[in-house]
Amino acid sequence: MQKEKFKSLTSTVVPLPIENIDTDQIIPARFLKATTREGFGENLFRDWRFDNNGNKKDFILNNPNYYGDILVAAKNFGCGSSREHAAWAIHDYGFKVVISSFFADIFKNNALNNGLLPVQVSDEFLSKIWAQLEADPHSTIEVNLEAQKVILADGSSESFDINPYKKACLLNGYDDIDYLLSLKDRITQFESAN
Amino acid sequence: MSATTLFDKLWDSHVVNRREGFPDVLYIDRHYIHEVTSPQAFDGLRKRGIPVARPDRTTATADHNVPTKDQHLPIKEALSRFQVETLRKNCREFGIELYDLLHPFQGIVHIIGPELGLTQPGMTMVCGDSHTSTHGAFGSIAFGIGTSEVEQVLATQCILQYKPKQMRIEVNGKLGKGVLSKDIILYIISQISSSGGNGYFVEYAGSAITNLSMEARMTICNMSIEMGARGGLIAPDQTTFDYVKGRKFAPQGEAFEEAIAYWKTLKTDEGAQYDKVLTFNAEDIEPMITYGTNPGMGIGITERIPTVAELKDHREEASFKKSLEYMALEPGSQLLGKSLDYVFIGSCTNARIEDLRLVADFVKGKRKAANVEVLVIPGSKQVEQQAIREGLDKVFEEAGFELRSPGCSACLGMNEDKVPAGKYCISTSNRNFEGRQGPGARTFLASPLSAAAAAITGKVTDVRELI
Repeated sequence: MQKEKFKSLTSTVVPLPIENIDTDQIIPARFLKATTREGFGENLFRDWRFDNNGNKKDFILNNPNYYGDILVAAKNFGCGSSREHAAWAIHDYGFKVVISSFFADIFKNNALNNGLLPVQVSDEFLSKIWAQLEADPHSTIEVNLEAQKVILADGSSESFDINPYKKACLLNGYDDIDYLLSLKDRITQFESAN
Repeated sequence: MSATTLFDKLWDSHVVNRREGFPDVLYIDRHYIHEVTSPQAFDGLRKRGIPVARPDRTTATADHNVPTKDQHLPIKEALSRFQVETLRKNCREFGIELYDLLHPFQGIVHIIGPELGLTQPGMTMVCGDSHTSTHGAFGSIAFGIGTSEVEQVLATQCILQYKPKQMRIEVNGKLGKGVLSKDIILYIISQISSSGGNGYFVEYAGSAITNLSMEARMTICNMSIEMGARGGLIAPDQTTFDYVKGRKFAPQGEAFEEAIAYWKTLKTDEGAQYDKVLTFNAEDIEPMITYGTNPGMGIGITERIPTVAELKDHREEASFKKSLEYMALEPGSQLLGKSLDYVFIGSCTNARIEDLRLVADFVKGKRKAANVEVLVIPGSKQVEQQAIREGLDKVFEEAGFELRSPGCSACLGMNEDKVPAGKYCISTSNRNFEGRQGPGARTFLASPLSAAAAAITGKVTDVRELI
């Protein structure tokens, strides 16, 4: 099945300078009861965005100065539960890229499997991003998957890693299950040999 | 041949296809599924018009959002009911065995796999749940996956994965009085932080680990994910074989003897290399408790919460302050004596029969403090029935503890078992994240023994003073 493609984008940014953001914060368990992949964006960061009565709290997603396709967070983003709903919620809300200095393993896989690009940068480069956004909340960042580069408004840049297989999947919209199904004979051979 | 680790042996023997620049295609021996992370995967199969490759290697149960009261009645909450009904429909349509509510084998997925003998040494196992690492206690590779990966495994019985780095964590020596395996793992996480294991698969070793029962080993492996590690494993030994022997789906008779002969080969070779090795002394570990909003924020029960100046990394300051503000705790203060509102004994970390026995042994003849509500949620129907056979239900009743039916319950607050906003709960579960046990709930993670002591005194207590 053809998947969504990602090549590059330039966008304003939403900063979330908090460490160890776990998937329970991204989407609390009580919102995991849907049986489809859609609609989770509504409850993204639910308990940070709204109080118990549904009133907006003082949180970055409620601040009209910050918007865009890129979310930037401090280290160890996406730790905790394996719920793919976290990646769905971020993507459904409208983000295409998450930048952090460190991603939890399962979240990273889940993001990559849903056309949401996790971009890991150094602590120093992350500090530069915070500084740029403090100086000008409306400034933009470019993320180029083909060149594997993040480029800031002042032209400074850093390369990021992505495994070549997932890169090809994202650039071309390839699908993991199509690839696995193409290996069906190998799998059957393995089963009969073991 | 060069010396290899147990993890290398297990991984390499399950690689179906290896190709430069591509992730390994890893064969999965057993796939556990539950109601929350599987519906979208089944939908994917329907869209593609393909069946489940190996329904015989797939086992389903309903655990995450099921009620723990009146399980014989239809589930009240409409969305939860629909999710469980969707699981039933999917299992029927795709021919998968389901241990549904009221089935004698139903329970938390990581508790029922081992107790049914479905989990065995040498296997690869996955589930759409991060605590799948639990099954590594049998000397197997087990890790949590996302729903897209659940679909991969349903479709092909294989998963695309890059081989992780490997870490060995050795704990040597003798555990002190009142110190349990939960304290070992909380201690390790407090030392290396909630991201210290990121990118690694862990092998636990050392005398303090090998002296543990299977159930205690499962608690250790269960919380591997809480240090960011994908999974953790322990080489199988006689303790493992004795546990597996005679279980429902374990090999029987001659087949069991043959299996043991193979399982005995499952160990790390002398001189095998790890990417990282950490060593701890069991004697340094006291009963542990967490004070913050990630499992790495743990201290010994007699220690103080750190001050801002004592933080190892000044960049953590903002997150540290946010966390203590949420918990309404002062930096530098002690937790001992802190008044509590709830005690939760349950979850895939600590709701096996051994945990319930430990708690019952301690509370026998005692009565809970008036200021706390105490919930005991057995990990499975089998644990519940065993507890009743042993009379533990009477002990709990006399102590004022409420014993309910199995499920994930207040560990993640998906069903109605929630801790109210602003209330303090000492919990035998695995996560103290903001809102994990309910919006605004404040969680202290601890061992079943520490939780039992707190239930009796109504406050954070050093259990060693009561035994």
